[in-house]
Amino acid sequence: MTTQGSVGKVKTEYFTFAEPPKELKLESGQSLGPITLAYEAYGALNEEKNNAILVEHALSGDAHAAGYHDGEEDPGWWDPMIGPGKAFDTNKYFVICSNVIGGCKGSTGPSSVDPKTGRPYALDFPLITISDMVNAQKHLIDHFGIDKLLCVVGGSMGGMQALQWVASYPERVRSAIPIATALKHSPQQIAFDEVGRQAVMADPEWRGGDYYGKGQPEKGLAVARMIGHITYMSDQSMEEKFSRRLKEKNYSFRFKTDFEVEGYLRYRGDSFVKRFDANSYLYITKALDYFDLSGEKNRHPGRHIETKFLVIAFKSDWLYPSYQAQEIVKQLKMRHADASYCEIKSTYGHDAFLLETEEQTHLISHFLKKAQKEGR
Amino acid sequence: MTKEAKRPDHEVIYGIVEPGSRVLDLGCGEGDLLYLLTKGKGVKAQGVELSEAAIYKCVEKGLSVFHGDIDSGLNDYPDRSFDYVILNQSMQEVKKVDFVIDEALRVGGRVIVGFPNFAYWRARLRLFLKGKTPVTYSLPYRWYNTPNLHFLSISDFKEFCADKGITIESEHFLGRNGTSRFLPNIFALNAVFVIKAGNKVKGG
Repeated sequence: MTTQGSVGKVKTEYFTFAEPPKELKLESGQSLGPITLAYEAYGALNEEKNNAILVEHALSGDAHAAGYHDGEEDPGWWDPMIGPGKAFDTNKYFVICSNVIGGCKGSTGPSSVDPKTGRPYALDFPLITISDMVNAQKHLIDHFGIDKLLCVVGGSMGGMQALQWVASYPERVRSAIPIATALKHSPQQIAFDEVGRQAVMADPEWRGGDYYGKGQPEKGLAVARMIGHITYMSDQSMEEKFSRRLKEKNYSFRFKTDFEVEGYLRYRGDSFVKRFDANSYLYITKALDYFDLSGEKNRHPGRHIETKFLVIAFKSDWLYPSYQAQEIVKQLKMRHADASYCEIKSTYGHDAFLLETEEQTHLISHFLKKAQKEGR
Repeated sequence: MTKEAKRPDHEVIYGIVEPGSRVLDLGCGEGDLLYLLTKGKGVKAQGVELSEAAIYKCVEKGLSVFHGDIDSGLNDYPDRSFDYVILNQSMQEVKKVDFVIDEALRVGGRVIVGFPNFAYWRARLRLFLKGKTPVTYSLPYRWYNTPNLHFLSISDFKEFCADKGITIESEHFLGRNGTSRFLPNIFALNAVFVIKAGNKVKGG
């Protein structure tokens, strides 16, 4: 085994495009521009420009996937997977990760300033879809002069973007790795998202989305995040992590955080509101709910998919259960795609895509090696 | 990659498969057979395997493989998606054999079936003289730990094909040291059949 390392100190970069009148046309029919994408890149693009991997983040993720920002202790969100000798080996591959549009980590979103008014867009920001996110990323990939990505990969919403890339630009993606994801949200998934949105909108501090400069709806957003965290874990992982352990020796017989699990959720909620914009939460969850590649138009039983696939699911993931991954696989079979599928045994629930790095590394490193060899 | 000699059943199947064909291996294990076929015959290979550990081995070999059971794995494929569907040492482990064979015949032009012969002479002796469930080279398990759900002989399989109107294209019998032609239902440990859908309408 090669020694694994860190990509070290990294910096978020910015790319701006779609300046009026060349705005980006959105799925809703509206237009958006100018657009800034925040991104990070690790490793080096080779001369043939055929070693590029696009990493897609999930709902609350950002462009900072690996390495360390100046003055910060925690590395990027997928650091165990990206770096020298890791699954996405930066000695071999050029790895790009960009923040989605609609987000709040440097890419244009509802908290960005609308150049027409000089004030944050708030709810004047148009509704965006997964396909819009991908169309925006395509400009970044064009900017790098990359004709064909070696791989597009992501978990959860990142997996949806990977699937959307192949649906929108099949000739530009050599391989795709959708992880813990689905072709569409089920009513249960939409329901959880809607509860989260309602929690935000029910907070009086939300002010119809126009809260910038006044402080955001922290209580509502924290509740939304708490619900989210419950869905990211599994019954078993919660039992292992918290059981019924108490924070103090005895019950308080008051409405305090008696149980460790309560404390954990509150901590998660409170830390989330410090780093995430409430309106972005609304826009991005809506994009998740609108996503649907399951329709007849995407089946094309006769039309072959040239992109090579590795589909990964996790056994205890009840938010994106493995039957949804199998639906992806079913569509690939009908279109004679070269595909592999693995359901990794894990107790971590949906969070497994961030935590089960050893198994994923094993699958992904070999899969990429093959994809790169065939691309030559 | 595979240092040891080819397994005799793999050798037989290797000889059957045409170069460059599309192959689906149901119950592909760690992918040794598919690896041989992709390397030596340039086939377009797809495996199906239930064991997660075996999936990792397949991906290591650069094979495409689906994690899942054979019983529910075929209905997503359009008709004639493959030139060959292989069920080597896996048919006897599926729940609904006739359904799986029908589906295999639908998605593949030819189906290659390999299975241990339950009517091998040592098996007969063990049952007849000792009154014990056979344990042989091709049926190495004990009654309590065998993955096999179905026990069949070469004659049973031929009868099955005749009943279902399935055409047997070729048959290959294996003893301990390679092929075995003499009275196969008594002296063959393993059999490999190449079958295809007959002219008769398939049973439902």
